[in-house]
Amino acid sequence: MVTLEIQGLSKAFGDRVLFKNLNFRVESGQCLVVTGRNGSGKTTLLRIIAGLVRPTRGRVLICDENGVMDRSRLRRNLGIVAPDLVLYDELTALENLVLFARLRGLDGGPEAAKRTLEKVGLCERAGDLVATFSSGMKQRLKYAFAIQHSPSVLLLDEPTSNLDEQGVDMVRRVVSEQKERGVLVVATNDPEERSYGEQFLHLG
Amino acid sequence: MANSSSTWADGCWAVLRKDIQSEFRTRYAFNAVVVFAITTLAVVSYSAQVVGAGSRLLSPLLWIIILFSAMSGLSRTFVREEDAGTANTLRLVAEPTAVYVGKLLFNTALLAVLDVLIVPLFLVLMDVSVGNLFLFVVILITGSASIAATATFVAAIVSKASVRSALFAVLSFPLLVPVLVAAVQGTEASLRGASIPEGMPFVRILTAFAGAMVAVGLLLFEHVWNEA
Repeated sequence: MVTLEIQGLSKAFGDRVLFKNLNFRVESGQCLVVTGRNGSGKTTLLRIIAGLVRPTRGRVLICDENGVMDRSRLRRNLGIVAPDLVLYDELTALENLVLFARLRGLDGGPEAAKRTLEKVGLCERAGDLVATFSSGMKQRLKYAFAIQHSPSVLLLDEPTSNLDEQGVDMVRRVVSEQKERGVLVVATNDPEERSYGEQFLHLG
Repeated sequence: MANSSSTWADGCWAVLRKDIQSEFRTRYAFNAVVVFAITTLAVVSYSAQVVGAGSRLLSPLLWIIILFSAMSGLSRTFVREEDAGTANTLRLVAEPTAVYVGKLLFNTALLAVLDVLIVPLFLVLMDVSVGNLFLFVVILITGSASIAATATFVAAIVSKASVRSALFAVLSFPLLVPVLVAAVQGTEASLRGASIPEGMPFVRILTAFAGAMVAVGLLLFEHVWNEA
């Protein structure tokens, strides 16, 4: 049982206030959909939850049966797909996943990484450099990066950008698996992607 | 289930291995370091022949070549991550100290390769005879390790800044003055054939400096790396 709780969260860049005093709680099996115009702070909110950006005020609590997760546990329990997330162009898809698996302390080596690539439809291109991938293939690889450790919290920013129809189907599968496993937060303005949500937060 | 220390060591190794793989494919830092070193060596050896460099001048010349070559390449290990946008990806998955140690090992290996390429060339081109080879090698190893430890930590600090090259030099040089003084004096002693006990103070200074820089890096790197 995982919960994501946001308490009094505010973020400002200088005088520009993105959002102020946000409060919400998402529990296992639920998806929070964050909407809002461009520049309203959707991506920044996801980056704050992921620990990449510090809030101006307030806090993010991600808890499981062992209590509040510290940064180290969060690294092993959080996955994110975002447009500004970049994987290593000079490595192959498989090398990228094996690297991230080692850094996350996962067992299984290349075989486990290949299974993850199969889930996102990239098994045949496992040995190719990421630099040779199309935007859609890079987006699929980001999904492999985000789900390889079966995270209890998954953050998706513009989840279907650059993806073809099969890619969108893959996202639907990821969404439904994540809802069985833990918490999902989706930042989007796409009407179809809003249908993933049980809770909604509008920014701006 | 792996224990935490083996996971941490695996993380260090994974970062080092990734940097070596990337370097083999892109030559991002290697080309900068080696081209700078060879160019400097050629200019220095030509000038030294014209002017007639004495033995006391050889040691500073060697360390100037090593230091400036290192400065041209060692910051790139972090700068590349920030420029490519992969730094945040690493922040999401890796223990900060594993990143630091992996990068430190990579920079140390890069500097070791530079030493192996440049030092024999320097000795041949400058017609240098080494009086105490063991002491010479020990000073070279400890001096290079000190430079790598300092450069790695400073590179992490400056990697998010806009004028990185200038900042890297400005922050590194004051820190490296004690290293340079000890390395130059120790190398000079080894060239004239000083005994091991005579050279030990320099080895101790360099070893202590490298150890202190690594300790500072391990203690502070998380704050530098995660600052957002």
